[in-house]
Amino acid sequence: MASQPAVEPVVSSMNTEWSRLHPLSPVVRAGSAVAVLVLFSTQFDTGRRRTGFPWESLVLLGLGVVAGVVSWLVTRWRVHSGDLQIETGLIRRQSIRVPLSRIQAIDVISPVIARVLGLAEVRVVVAGRGTGRTKLAYLSAGDAQRVRAMLLALAHGLASETPEPPAVPLLRIDNARVVFATMLTAPVNVLIAIAVLAVVASFLVPRGAATASIAIPAIVGVVPEVFRRFNAVYDFQLAEAADGLRLSRGLLQTRTETIPFGRIQAVRWVQPLLWRRFGWVRLEVDVARQRSSQQREEGSSQLARTLLPVGSREHAAWLLQRVLPGASPVPPPGSRPPRRAVVRAPFSYHWLAFWHDLGRHAMARTGRVRPQVVVVPLEKVQSVRLRQGPLQRWLRLATVHIDTAGRGWQARAVCWDAEEADALLWELTDRAREARRRGR
Amino acid sequence: MWSARQVSLSLIGVPVGLAAAIPAWVAVGPTAGVPVTAAVLVVLALLWVLLRGRYRSWGYLERADDLVVRRGLLFRQVSVVPYGRMQFIDVSAGPIDRAFGLATVQLHTAAAASDARIPGLARDEAERLRDRLASLGEAQATGL
Repeated sequence: MASQPAVEPVVSSMNTEWSRLHPLSPVVRAGSAVAVLVLFSTQFDTGRRRTGFPWESLVLLGLGVVAGVVSWLVTRWRVHSGDLQIETGLIRRQSIRVPLSRIQAIDVISPVIARVLGLAEVRVVVAGRGTGRTKLAYLSAGDAQRVRAMLLALAHGLASETPEPPAVPLLRIDNARVVFATMLTAPVNVLIAIAVLAVVASFLVPRGAATASIAIPAIVGVVPEVFRRFNAVYDFQLAEAADGLRLSRGLLQTRTETIPFGRIQAVRWVQPLLWRRFGWVRLEVDVARQRSSQQREEGSSQLARTLLPVGSREHAAWLLQRVLPGASPVPPPGSRPPRRAVVRAPFSYHWLAFWHDLGRHAMARTGRVRPQVVVVPLEKVQSVRLRQGPLQRWLRLATVHIDTAGRGWQARAVCWDAEEADALLWELTDRAREARRRGR
Repeated sequence: MWSARQVSLSLIGVPVGLAAAIPAWVAVGPTAGVPVTAAVLVVLALLWVLLRGRYRSWGYLERADDLVVRRGLLFRQVSVVPYGRMQFIDVSAGPIDRAFGLATVQLHTAAAASDARIPGLARDEAERLRDRLASLGEAQATGL
């Protein structure tokens, strides 16, 4: 019997030896903690008017160093039979295996201290909870690049030695414009307004300093948030490589994200109110990752992945075409809900629209003051739902939801004619099934 | 399913109704007792009708590639979940469910908003549905 040689997936043939993280990684991890400790001890000592040497802090510091070194010693990782394996923990051993074929995205992140030391963290994003642990923190910056290239090559079924494919820069945003545009977004301009008001009040009102001092804690509390928002879009660059989209950004903490093609769950097109007169829009992209309640990841990951921090409408439309060919942010005629939907959705009616293009993407525009268009590739649709409340039934209206994985963006056909909505439900179901078949 | 609702209704409704009616009879006498009792009976009857409608509204349909779940009386919803998108299936039964040999089957997809829950299935039917969905899900599984 002529036996066909079994096609061995290349992924499984690749193994690496166990290796450790960079020896300086405990320093980075403990960096901020040490700073706090030092600050804390000096504060306390002066408070009690003690001039002696802060022995307690030194002991704590020593313990911290030992703990850091031990955690470094017991942490190791390797690539074995198609999995990325990470082992860590001294008392509670933890062994994590990530099938490389399940990788949704790979981020390389350098916080400030790591950047000073030339280190970077490789974070592997997979669907589901507990994504915060599938990371290699920290490697040297060069190693981080190599590991990312290797993981991506293996995830695509290529040999691990495949050099990182060259990236074609798609766009780069002028920093002045990004900063200005970020200042015009809601949380930031409210904060700036508070700060300005506080300063003005302290000059105008007699004993205004007391009034202003009330505003100070508020300002101090929100400055990090504002900075985070600036940091998340500063020095933004987008490039396209054979293995996916590369996004890099950051002023102090830099982040390079790689989103493999075909992992995009949804794209969102947002136009904040104050951007409208400039004709600017923002594009965000979502990959399959669930928000975990107990673990807030540091850095800007709570914000959606920005595909275009700010850009003209034409620019954004061009980029959207590039990422999801065929998708259009402009509703074609006949994509609006019937007039009577005004009764049910008086504040958002003027933006409501839903349309799809030849069974490839579903697009929905919603929003009250700030229009947003959610574009969902039909092969990524998780489920389709039709909902109808009492008022909607009285008006013969219904809403169709298209659920996506990840952040939970939904493409919603809000308040459509009930019969059309019913037809839409089954049409979308069929089209999504065809799209999945095609994609397989 | 219906019997479970009847039970949960009588479990909650009857004590509450008694708690309202008895003091009215005892403290004020028939002048307050009769209207209060009547009101309690009317409310229970209304709940009865609403719950029956709600019960009748639940339905599911196993199609070739997806499961359709219908529910709701005031707020109606029809969910279509492709088998290939199911991440896992939950079969659960509370104490009242168990007393009547019932169970709830719930489908989970990678989207948190997906909502396909079928309550009040006979336990055999729930297990059959779970096994069938699991095998179909495996056969049609698609990556994220």
